[in-house]
Amino acid sequence: MQRLFHQRRVKKSPGWVFILPSLVLVGLIGLPLFALIWRSIGKDFFTYVFSENALSALKLSLLTSSISIGLTLFTGTPLAYLLAHWKFPGRTLVDMLVDLPVVLPPAVAGIALLMAFGRTGIFGAWLNAIGITIPFTTAAVVIAQTFVSAPFLVRSAKIGFAAIDLQQQEAARLEGANEWQVFRYIMFPLAGRAILTGIILAWTRALGEFGATILFAGNLEGKTQTMPLAIYIGFEQNIKIALVLSVMLLAVSLVFLAFLKKLEEPS
Amino acid sequence: MKRFTLLFSLMVAPALLFSACAPATTPIASPTTSAQVATSVPTIALTATSAPQTLTVFAAASLTGAFGDIGKAFEAAHPSVTVNFSFAGSQVLVTQIEQGAPADVFASADHKNMDALVTANLVASGYKDFATNLLTVILPPKNPANVQTLQDLAKPGLKLVLEDPSVPAGNYTRQILTNMSKDPTYGTDFSTKVIANVVSNETDVKQVVAKVDQGEGDAGIVYVTDALAAPDLKSISIPANYNVIAHYPITALEKAPNPNLAAAFVAYVLSADGQAVMKKWGFSPANP
Repeated sequence: MQRLFHQRRVKKSPGWVFILPSLVLVGLIGLPLFALIWRSIGKDFFTYVFSENALSALKLSLLTSSISIGLTLFTGTPLAYLLAHWKFPGRTLVDMLVDLPVVLPPAVAGIALLMAFGRTGIFGAWLNAIGITIPFTTAAVVIAQTFVSAPFLVRSAKIGFAAIDLQQQEAARLEGANEWQVFRYIMFPLAGRAILTGIILAWTRALGEFGATILFAGNLEGKTQTMPLAIYIGFEQNIKIALVLSVMLLAVSLVFLAFLKKLEEPS
Repeated sequence: MKRFTLLFSLMVAPALLFSACAPATTPIASPTTSAQVATSVPTIALTATSAPQTLTVFAAASLTGAFGDIGKAFEAAHPSVTVNFSFAGSQVLVTQIEQGAPADVFASADHKNMDALVTANLVASGYKDFATNLLTVILPPKNPANVQTLQDLAKPGLKLVLEDPSVPAGNYTRQILTNMSKDPTYGTDFSTKVIANVVSNETDVKQVVAKVDQGEGDAGIVYVTDALAAPDLKSISIPANYNVIAHYPITALEKAPNPNLAAAFVAYVLSADGQAVMKKWGFSPANP
């Protein structure tokens, strides 16, 4: 029989030292997800999947996370490039600032967004004066998602840009390419895989966003009730709805992750 | 092959164990125990053991202030006891208790959620009402939408923050709107117009208070007691003929880790001392 675990053994060592702790973690992550799927199975599974509430939440989640990713790509890629290749005062500070949402509890993000862009917020009050209110709108959902997910793209793209050989840039510049052309024709294609990885990580994070959204955007079906909010409300009304919605979100996230795995394979 | 078998059994064993331990998906249908059996107040002989004990109370979000005070008084009367509270929408707490949360006492903001626990055989021996409450309209301190009357709630473009219909207060609010729609003063489409102004369905009353207090919402509908607890807010009272009386039941739970203490806490809430605290926080007595 073929060996299950291929390993380069220097000397004969008991593999269980590695396998047992690993199994504990795999179980810890795997068993709850297994239980989630197992418990969601029932004769009314598809009734809930195709319920108006579930479909409207899924549609809203896909729409808002797509806009959020577009926004992140447009602003986060240049920022990642700056952070990777430019030297400017406060670079470390900006670098840390952009990473901060990853470690911040989403509730803190939600309150911070309210303090800044709420109707009585520091900038929100000013926006309100010219007739723009952000809280309780779909735009608020997109802003909350971008706040929490953008760092994943910036980090990944930054690593991608940093790995590129500077000599190629120099060669392009000698040929007369300007900064934008270097970025567009040299850096962007070479860092493509890292950017794509970032896109997928950020996208899945945006899809799962809950805490900042419920605080900053509220909860209204069709407008601000994304999948995670619908799952939370479902949990309070009927656990079956929550289970089915969870499995739907799990499936969407799995598709994204499978794509990511494909990318990580050496070509 | 041997290695494979061992590995396989290791992977599958926890899964089997898990499914074996899991409670049945559908609770066995049980005869509904007659609700509201008068809770016989047990003569509490909390034996003078000084061993520290913990009492876990799950209570409706609207009880946050009142029960906080009652908890302190209860701890003062029972020095070895620490009371831990979990305040949330009653419907959240019911789901958590159904999923096995180790709570001793449950206080709900409506009978519907309490009855769900009775049906599931999770209530020790009936429940008892200990307070009532009414609902009121709250407005941010600056009243940006210039809401003056109840009619103004139907003004197009108003940002109204309510509780989700699954939250007791959200359910009561919709009953009130239905009552008002029956009155020609407001018109049959009043409820529809007001609901069209809803910008968010929050998960408990305190979230509604916070959103209105922050000025994000132009108006909200919460309990009278919530309005009292937030003196900065303006409010418009809802006349008694439209208002809904919210009955708050309390019970010791069947699976209470600490049944004696649970009964003692329930008795304390129903006692003259407990009722005085409820009154202080604006609640009305259960049996006026």
